[in-house]
Amino acid sequence: MTDTAYNFAYLDEETKRMIRRAILKGIAIPGYQVPFASREMPMPYGWGTGGVQVTAACLTPGDRLKVIDQGADDTTNAVSIRKFFERTAGVATTERTAEATVIQTRHRIPETPLTGDQILVYQVPIPEPLRFLEPRETETRKMHELEEYGLMHVKLYEDIARHGHISTAYAYPVRVEGRYVMDPSPIPKFDNPKLSGNPAIQLFGAGREQRIYALPPFTEAVSLDFEDHPFEASKPDHPCDLCGAEGSYLDEVITDDRGGRMFVCSDTDFCAERRAAGHAGRLAAPYEETAA
Amino acid sequence: MYVAVKGGERAIDNAHAWLAEERRGDPAVPELSVAQIREQMALAVNRVMAEGSLYDPDLAALAIKQARGDLIEAVFLIRAYRTTLPRIGASRPVDTGAMACDRRISATFKDAPGGQVLGPTFDYTHRLLDFALAAEGEPPVAATAPPDETPTPRITDFLGRDGLIQPEPATDAEPRDLTREPLEFPADRPLRLQSLTRGDEGFVLAMAYSTQRGYGRNHPFVGELRIGAVPVEMDIPELGFAIEIGEITLTECETVNQFAGSRTEPAQFTRGYGLVFGQTERKAISMALVDRALRWDELGEDDTGAPAQDAEFVLSHADNIQATGFLEHIKLPHYVDFQAELELVRKLRAEALASRREAAE
Repeated sequence: MTDTAYNFAYLDEETKRMIRRAILKGIAIPGYQVPFASREMPMPYGWGTGGVQVTAACLTPGDRLKVIDQGADDTTNAVSIRKFFERTAGVATTERTAEATVIQTRHRIPETPLTGDQILVYQVPIPEPLRFLEPRETETRKMHELEEYGLMHVKLYEDIARHGHISTAYAYPVRVEGRYVMDPSPIPKFDNPKLSGNPAIQLFGAGREQRIYALPPFTEAVSLDFEDHPFEASKPDHPCDLCGAEGSYLDEVITDDRGGRMFVCSDTDFCAERRAAGHAGRLAAPYEETAA
Repeated sequence: MYVAVKGGERAIDNAHAWLAEERRGDPAVPELSVAQIREQMALAVNRVMAEGSLYDPDLAALAIKQARGDLIEAVFLIRAYRTTLPRIGASRPVDTGAMACDRRISATFKDAPGGQVLGPTFDYTHRLLDFALAAEGEPPVAATAPPDETPTPRITDFLGRDGLIQPEPATDAEPRDLTREPLEFPADRPLRLQSLTRGDEGFVLAMAYSTQRGYGRNHPFVGELRIGAVPVEMDIPELGFAIEIGEITLTECETVNQFAGSRTEPAQFTRGYGLVFGQTERKAISMALVDRALRWDELGEDDTGAPAQDAEFVLSHADNIQATGFLEHIKLPHYVDFQAELELVRKLRAEALASRREAAE
């Protein structure tokens, strides 16, 4: 299955070494965006090239890889990236969170708690949390250097003044160990609490923007808020219609043209395992192996 | 009843098979060969080599075939291939002054040693569809002459001899490599030129055009435009001398731009520089104009806030592979983010409606 024309996990060893150095630097300075010489990958920029390069640099032949997009293993881009590593690294793959040693993700943190033996690799489109307040990289780097985060607080305050709430629903910024403000990638803010104190290594790769950053295990990542407007990890106020889970993040599915809809776990592995264990939601069909 | 969508893998395989069929088109029509594309779509091949940063006409032609003529897709194929190639070493700087010119024109002097050579240009063709091309046939044979052995020194060297144009300091320092290091600002001129030469032709053209229309105007003349072959030489450590490893076609444009000076500093022209793989004239001229616009700071000009003067803006957006990837990624699923926003909008609406109701009571 492995394509012998390419090195293990596609990238040559020199490139992997360069990426590993950036990862180590990122781990040494949690939340700091480390510039790295991102390569052109055989998939488009913006489609996970940063995550793919980080995963390639982390994989060893003994690893078991899981790839999710929107929490699901079967979304087309997750399938494509998983296939890429099956082909170029020949590593084992899995859809089960608990069995994976490396998990590459886009837009979600798995519901099943991670362990110290796992690496979670995030695909990041815009690594700079201040980018939409200040488009210039030269300026935002200076702002990070000087811990000049007032602009971000003003933005959050203006949201509250205008809407009564902070109007950031995903890619909600966090402050890492009281130092760097970090973009957690476009995960829903529901997932933000899982960033903090997580036993797994969390690595963030932005290919097009040529940045890598990291949260080492058990790092504190505090979602920005105000004393009188505390951060709230919100989700649709429903249980999962398939597995009945109350506390998982949900996708909304339109079921007909008369306003009918249902809510299902976005984490497909979590949902399938609950159904296999006998949990059932409002619209659950009897559990079948293939319906995962 | 909702069934979790399975089958992404099969859908992808089927899509690829369909794509391959569409690429071939009607099987009753003969298939294009890579050699046909290389020979008859040469300017497309040149663009793919220039923006793909890989000088290989056969691979560029193959990429165009595979990409169904989508040149940005073809550039992408070349870039993804290029990045896997080992670096054996660096060539010596090519000497474009010693170019075997197919075309060499100057807009600043009526004549100069080496002469004006129009070469194979569209410039003075009338843009009338040539229906004779629809019927296949051989073109009339072009007139030939023995090659002119006179050297064609650079036009700007004549100006330089009289101190009329600002000299560019020569250096043996190794330039930074855009493809091996992350782009960081401020970017020096070698880095800016690397970015521009592989930048999207349309983008660089639009930036250059904007300077002509007043957004960072720099009064350019085409001092010289030359297209032709130059030998590529490489030092071979085992041999102890340089050998010629091949020949590449380049387009070089030097613009002569507005002069600066003061009572004490004698007035001098300045220049912009464009150098691009293949016959890629529009791109080379555009590159020279944008290069010149980006030099405002070192030449002591005002920053007028024009986009073409803003290195961070120009360099961050010139690469069409980065741009198209990020643009097109919004086709990927965003259910999770959208759900988060949906829920927030519902909450804000519910609160606003409730307070409106309260106000009405």
